[in-house]
This record gives sequence, C-alpha cells and structure tokens, in this order.
Amino acid sequence: MEEVLIEESESGNSCTDEAAPALIAVHPTESSVVVAVGSELRVFDLKGDSAVSPLDELGGPHHSASIRAISFSSDGELFASAGDDKIIKIWKTDSWNCIRTVQSEKKVSAVSISQDSQYVTFADKFGVVWIVSLKEDRDTKAVPILGHYCSIITSMKFSPDGRFIATADRDYKIRITVFPRNALKGAHEIQSFCLGHTDFVSCLAFVCSQDQSKGFLLSGGGDLTVRLWDYISGSLLYTCALDDKAGILEASEIEENDKRAVTDICASSDGSLISVAVQGFNGVMLLSCDLVAKTLSFVKNVSMEKSFIPTSLVLVSSKERLWTVMGASNLTSSDLNNNNQRLLTRVRIISFLQKDPLDSCSRDPALLEDSQVPGGEKLLMQLQGCLDAAAQEAAFAAAAAAVRTSLQNMMIKKQYSVERRELRKRNRNDKKIKS
Amino acid sequence: MSATARLPRKRFYRARAHSNPLSDSHFPVPICPSDVDFASHYPQFSGNPMVRFADVGCGFGGLLVALSPLFPDTLIIGMELRDKVTEYVKDRIHGLRPTNPGHYNNISVVRTNSMKYIPNYFHKAQLSKMFFLFPDPHFKEKNHRRRVISPHLLDEYAYVMQLGGILYTVTDVDELGDWMKSCLQNHPLFEPVGEDEITTDPVVKLLTSATEEGQKVARNGGQTFMAIYRRVASKED
Repeated sequence: MEEVLIEESESGNSCTDEAAPALIAVHPTESSVVVAVGSELRVFDLKGDSAVSPLDELGGPHHSASIRAISFSSDGELFASAGDDKIIKIWKTDSWNCIRTVQSEKKVSAVSISQDSQYVTFADKFGVVWIVSLKEDRDTKAVPILGHYCSIITSMKFSPDGRFIATADRDYKIRITVFPRNALKGAHEIQSFCLGHTDFVSCLAFVCSQDQSKGFLLSGGGDLTVRLWDYISGSLLYTCALDDKAGILEASEIEENDKRAVTDICASSDGSLISVAVQGFNGVMLLSCDLVAKTLSFVKNVSMEKSFIPTSLVLVSSKERLWTVMGASNLTSSDLNNNNQRLLTRVRIISFLQKDPLDSCSRDPALLEDSQVPGGEKLLMQLQGCLDAAAQEAAFAAAAAAVRTSLQNMMIKKQYSVERRELRKRNRNDKKIKS
Repeated sequence: MSATARLPRKRFYRARAHSNPLSDSHFPVPICPSDVDFASHYPQFSGNPMVRFADVGCGFGGLLVALSPLFPDTLIIGMELRDKVTEYVKDRIHGLRPTNPGHYNNISVVRTNSMKYIPNYFHKAQLSKMFFLFPDPHFKEKNHRRRVISPHLLDEYAYVMQLGGILYTVTDVDELGDWMKSCLQNHPLFEPVGEDEITTDPVVKLLTSATEEGQKVARNGGQTFMAIYRRVASKED
C-alpha cells in the first residue's frame, strides 16, 4: 500500500531519484532572493549586489538532500528551509547565519513562519504539522500541533492576521485551524474545512478585503481549478476552471489525456493580481479576484520561452514584480565539457506596470529580458548556475517531465490491479506465515 | 434493497475482524457534506434531514438497532469500513423496516473510513452524540496511529460535534481504555461527563449491552472501560 511504499523508500534510495522542483522566495522588500534547487540554497543579496553563501556553523551551508519548502517570515527577517534530509534550518536574513536547526522524524513537505515570527511550523510526509518556538532553547524538540490523517500536506500558510493556519493535503482537503497564543499546546480548534476540490490541493494563497473584515483564501489543485473560499465559514465562493482558458491546450506540452494540475499560486494581498503556474504550460496564467462580488476571472496568459515551465512563483507586491523559476534536482547542464555539473535553473521576471494609476486593470505584464533583471548578470549567475540557461531547452523539457511525474507519484494514490494487490499483501512482513 | 423482509444471516457476511484504516478501499467519498444524499437513507423523513448521532465503527449494527426506538425523531448513522459488514447492516435495517411499520426509519449505515472522511460527511457542530464502541486496539506501538481515538483525530470529532454534545467510548482492553481516556482528558475541547449524569443517561447501558461485541464480553465475564466526554468551548479568548 502507498503508506508502506513511502516507509520502505525512506531508507532506500528510490525517493532521492524523484525530481524535486526548484523553489524561489523573495524578501518582502526585495532585498534578497533565494532559489532552492536540489539541496542547494542559492542566495543573492540585491541590496548589497552580491551573491551570498549562507553560513551554518554545524556544517556546510546547504541541506544534504532535496529542499522541498522555503519561506521568508512576513517581516523578512527570518528564512526557513526544509526537505528530504529531515532537517529544518532557520536563518537570519541580515547575516544569513543559521540560527536554529530542527530535526524532523520524517521528510518535510511544507514550512511556514508565524506572522509574529515567534514560531516555525513544518509538515512531514505523514501529514503531521510540528512546531518550534524561536524563543526557546535551541535543543528543544519540535512538538506536533495537528495532523491530516494519513495524507501529505502540500501547502501550509498563516492567515495575514495570524489567527489561523491553513493546511492543504493530497486528499482534496483544506483545513483552517485556529492558531492559538500558546501554540506549543497544539492547534486543536478547527475553524472550517474548505471542501470542494475534486483532486489534490497543491497550493494556497490568502487575500484580504480592504477593511480586513472578511477572510478569503485561494487554492489551486490537481483538478486544474483555482478556487476562492470564505475560510471563516469554509464556503466555496467561486471556482475558476482553467482547462478551457485561452491557449492552454495548444500551449501545453502535455497530451490531452494526461492530467494537468495547478502547481503554484501567488496573489497580491488585495487579490487584484493572481498568478498561477500550471503543469505543462510554459508561462503563467493571470487571474483577478473581485472581493466584493466574490468572483474570479481569467485575465490573460503570459507565455515564456518554450520548455520554461515555472516550478515556483513569488509576487513582490511592493515592486510589482512576479519572480518565477524553473528547475529541478536532476536538471544539470548537458554541456559535456563542463565537468562541474551544477544544477541549472532559469529565472524569469514579469513586471506589472500600471499604465493608469487609477485603474488596476490596466496592468500590462512585461516579461523582463535578462539585461533588465534586478541584480543583472550577477544575480542570474548565482541563482541559475549559468548565463545561457535559455539554450538548454532539451534539459529543461526533460526536467519538466520529471517534476510532473514526481508530483503525480506523490499526489495520486497508486491503483494496483487485484493480482498485484494480493501479491503485495502476501509479501507484507506483518502477516502470520501459513503452514 | 432486500427483496424479502427476512433478516440477514451473519454467516453469509463473513469478514475479517480487522480492516486496515490506512488502506484506501474503493468506496465513493463525498466531496463535502452537502453532497451526501442523506434523504435517501431516511426516506420517511422529509425536508433536509440532519443526522445527529454517529456510530463510528458500527459493526453489525447492534447499537443502531437499540438506539432507534429510544430516539425515534433523531437521525442516526452508522459508519463501517468493512464492505460485507456494511452490507449486512443495510440488509438488517431493510429487513426490520417493513416488519415493524413506523420503526427503524431513523437509522442507516454508510461504508467509509471515519478516520479520513468524517469532515466529508458532517457539517461543523452537526452531531450531538458520537459513539466509539470496542474499537480495534492496535496493540503494537507502531500501529497506535491506526487507533480511531487519537489526539489529532479528536480535533476532527470536536469539529463535527455541537457544544454540549457527548462522545462515548467503551472497550474491554484496559490499555486501550487508558489510552482513550488520556487522549480525551488531554484534549482542550472535551471534558469528562459527571458520574451522576452518566447514571441517568439511558444510552450508557447500551454501550456494553447492545452490541455483539459487548454481549460477548459480558458472556466471558470481562471488564469494560468507558470514557464519556462532553464537547466544550475552547478556553482561549
């Protein structure tokens, strides 16, 4: 059974062959940018215009296996990284020193920092969310605060007011839990369940109304929809199906019969600008949310070069820029002359210039050329690993396929034939042996 | 729907006592509570019927059948993971209804994994009673996470229960009894129901007498351990 499979490969090495997507995170004021690819954390300090090597006095600056989740705190002072090495590292972003290393029992699938920067939460592959308090002693172990029974948590976000924590899983559920003051005792009070997705939920983003009175949540999933929720009550307000949106079928590199999924979503805090990454689509889809009418509408697609399928997005509201990255833990240069096989990523930025300051709908997304990117060549070299990533089309195409496969493996329960199921049951080691 | 009104014979519904709750058996799962067609379960009840009692792991339906006449206007659902056992309960109810006109219309059963899908079936604060009778003890420590009462799952049970609602557990395994009591005692949204209230609650004696499991324990002179708790509000302001 799926659960047994995961346990077996924890000690085996089949999981390390799974392609982990590259992730990007940007400081709220854009003072630094981080790309996590494979086990590496690539940091570029935009303020100081230089590459940075994070310092961890215990060992190297990097993790020892694929990083699966990264996050800045909302004030930008802290950064957390975690992944398949079962370790969570918490960094101070001014010095890029690692101030805390937390051990997890299982591989980590999501990480988040509370709004007051007091707590770091992380979700493991068994669906349990753990917490550490940054005010505590360094050696204090993490404690569990909630669990999605036998599921994998794909996304975890704190509400903007810090009162709630939203967790999404591969069993189509989104749970909104009250985040208590003394969170170390557990988060036991469930505010609501946002149920409606007909496939795994892959990503979450909070938006809030002008007067902060209503809470809204956006989610994307394997059913190729983006949904808008009133997370206080759990009601589904609007569903935006993306499969028929302009150009997505033609632009997609996946055959029609294959399932496509929304892989990432980010939104400006007022919901006027929502960017969505979809498997197989070489670009981002832009949606807009009307918080008064409580609807979502499709705005347009922004296409990028062929084979550039973003694996992670982040919107810097203050600078009106959307940073995207594409990469995977198995994407290396196909240049045979290059002995130093660095993992490649490609970073592209979309700028949203408002032509008419009074009309937010007049935003015209402009894909920045490499020469226009903040930090220029230095930044691209540090984050991408090379400057001619655009030329590595074949490698990127292969990586996109690998990332898609590994997501399917993680999200979709394997259906075994009856014979195979019986064979697996027979070979299970906790059964009595028949004479 | 049973063709005749005869009650089902258990030996035609043989099933293993244990079912793996981690396994995804192939049964339909509602996307959300509004999707569940509870009206079809209780055809004699018009309007939008709300289930109020849930028997989690209802087995062969003994508790359902005993509760039905005590609460004739309350809708009660049994939840069971095993396919054959669920079929038995369905046939049992469909056998009882025609031979007892006006009775047993308020009980029904669904086949589901309660440990994964309770929030799919019930709205927030919908239930006033939840029953966990003689759950699988899962003795090995590595299997403790398969226990139906656990700190994490109690969050979900608290979510579907009304304030003041009562959660009943009983077992003949003292270690499991300690475990369940301890989980409930440590959960901030549950408080123990007082002894005097327990003695006047008509449901309590059914916990040990209504089900086949309970009757077996009584026959063997075994001891039973109950933990009965009330759903209360969070203490946080």
